[in-house]
Amino acid sequence: MHISGRVWKYGDNVNTDVIFPGKYTYTVTDRTEIARHALEDLDPDFAKKVQPGDIIVAGRNWGCGSSREQAATCLVYNGVAAVIAESFGRIFYRNALNNGLLAIACPAAARAIQPGETVEIDLSRHVIRCGAGEFAFPPLSPTIMGIVAAGGLVPYVQRKLAAAAP
Amino acid sequence: MSESHLQPSNSQPQTFAQKALARAAGLPAVEIGQVVDARPDVVLSHDNTAAIRRIWLQFGQERVVIPERLAITLDHAVPAPTTRHAQNHAEVRQFVAEQGIRHFWEVGRGICHQVLSEEAIVLPGQLILGADSHTTHFGWMGAFGAGIGRSEVAVLWATGELWLRVPESMRVVLEGELPLGVTAKDFALRLIGDLGADGGLYLSIEFAGDGIQRLSLASRMVLANMMAEFGAKTAYVPPDEKTYRYLAERLMKRKIQDARLGGNVEVTPAQDLGASGQPSIPNLQSFIFDLQSSALFPDPGAEYVATHVYRAEELEPYVACPHSVDNVVPLSQIAGTPVQQAFLGTCTNGRLEDIAAAAAVVRGRRVARGTRFIVIPASSQVLQAAMERGYIQTLVEAGAVIGVPGCGPCMGNHMGIPAPNEVTISSANRNFRGRMGTPEAEIYLASPAVVAASAVAGVIADPREVQGEGVKVEDED
Repeated sequence: MHISGRVWKYGDNVNTDVIFPGKYTYTVTDRTEIARHALEDLDPDFAKKVQPGDIIVAGRNWGCGSSREQAATCLVYNGVAAVIAESFGRIFYRNALNNGLLAIACPAAARAIQPGETVEIDLSRHVIRCGAGEFAFPPLSPTIMGIVAAGGLVPYVQRKLAAAAP
Repeated sequence: MSESHLQPSNSQPQTFAQKALARAAGLPAVEIGQVVDARPDVVLSHDNTAAIRRIWLQFGQERVVIPERLAITLDHAVPAPTTRHAQNHAEVRQFVAEQGIRHFWEVGRGICHQVLSEEAIVLPGQLILGADSHTTHFGWMGAFGAGIGRSEVAVLWATGELWLRVPESMRVVLEGELPLGVTAKDFALRLIGDLGADGGLYLSIEFAGDGIQRLSLASRMVLANMMAEFGAKTAYVPPDEKTYRYLAERLMKRKIQDARLGGNVEVTPAQDLGASGQPSIPNLQSFIFDLQSSALFPDPGAEYVATHVYRAEELEPYVACPHSVDNVVPLSQIAGTPVQQAFLGTCTNGRLEDIAAAAAVVRGRRVARGTRFIVIPASSQVLQAAMERGYIQTLVEAGAVIGVPGCGPCMGNHMGIPAPNEVTISSANRNFRGRMGTPEAEIYLASPAVVAASAVAGVIADPREVQGEGVKVEDED
């Protein structure tokens, strides 16, 4: 499984409030509208210019803060293919994978990748290729790969429930 | 069968997190790093329940599998500030009625973590998973509380279980007694400032030390609550007599069957047989005994990634400056910064002892011209107690605005949204850019006494200087 995309690069501690502001969490339910507010308070250009397949690269603790799942789904609805970071806020990490959004913690790659360049993620070999070279990341667990491959936690559990049904 | 075979890990000292997740997964023991299928005792959601329902509907079920374990409050935007918020609340009420959810609290009852604590819905040693990042809160009583996402709650409604990784743990020790005017909030800010907003990432933060046992229960809640801002998966404060008494009194208030959510830990008060042979009414002591029996404590020698020891006497009031909770400086360094709004409330610091501290600071004074002081009690019980003690009277006389119990302006919905370029000092847990609605406002975080002192000074101020002496607040537990 290969993913290749153009990079948007951000810094440390990018929190859920700047990824998807709290004031919209209980009223904005439409996918297009959710997508439009992505990263609104950090980079107002992002939602206007992001292309399907793009990759976000960030520093430490990407997605710290709220449990709000739109911080992950607003990226999914914009077609973001993956987030590579030095580390992730733990609820964001779960929310991303649960919505089929690859979240890869790889500090060396996250530091080396330059904004605007194109990077490639090789999931079978667990490496990220960029201008600065190749960087290995730990393989995702079979459970997590299963969730991502199913397109997220809900379809994953739907299949499990269907398989268990008499 | 040898004893070691029966209890394979008894020889290995265990952290609290290991013991709690082993219990929730129905296993004799678990290793750090192990992934388990855990069955939570309580599944929490709030205004986001309507959105969770829409995800859950994709499973095609008519009934959630664990209605007795669901706990739902309306707290994040209450009373509804817009028609869309009102529609959202209406959907939640419809779900509650359809599914026969008994543990549901309406608009105005208070903030989920405070209400569940007051109602003794979660008990020591239990697992609560909530669609709210501050579910770490329940560490105040020695429960394992972790925040999860909406899809995960929907899966819990559908299956009753969710995968969790057994986290590494960090031990944080507080020794001694906090000086007058220094609070649990200051300790939390200092810890996060020292180690960073990701200093506790993925960890179970296990507090220890005589300084922790000296804290009121309300102050322990502050610590556990704030650990969400440290990146923690969960937080833990060892329960003690104070904890058991608080919960036992509340369990007594509810009907006995309400004391059980059908979870992993049974709290069934023993019924003493009287001389007549008839069961007598369960007494407080029997509830206390059961709570003690279900409590979990880390073993001496359990494995920690780090231990950090703080001397309480060396701490002082701190402030987290915009726009990051780890941007922490001593109050003295930032005092004098003009503020247009002071906000006291939230699940971090909206309890009775917080309101008492604020009332003590503003008594006989006025909120400064050009500054507004918004006070929002964390629950209706807090509001009532604050009225009975005269704190609300004192605050209103000083010019404060009292809001409806709930989350208030904490996440930018309503009831105190700042204007662009305004500065707010807040007792909340987050000062992220845009948190309170506009990215052009600045949020400083501090203890309730500092918030109140700043309200009357119009600038960030030390309560000890506003009063000319320290503010001694009675333990309100």
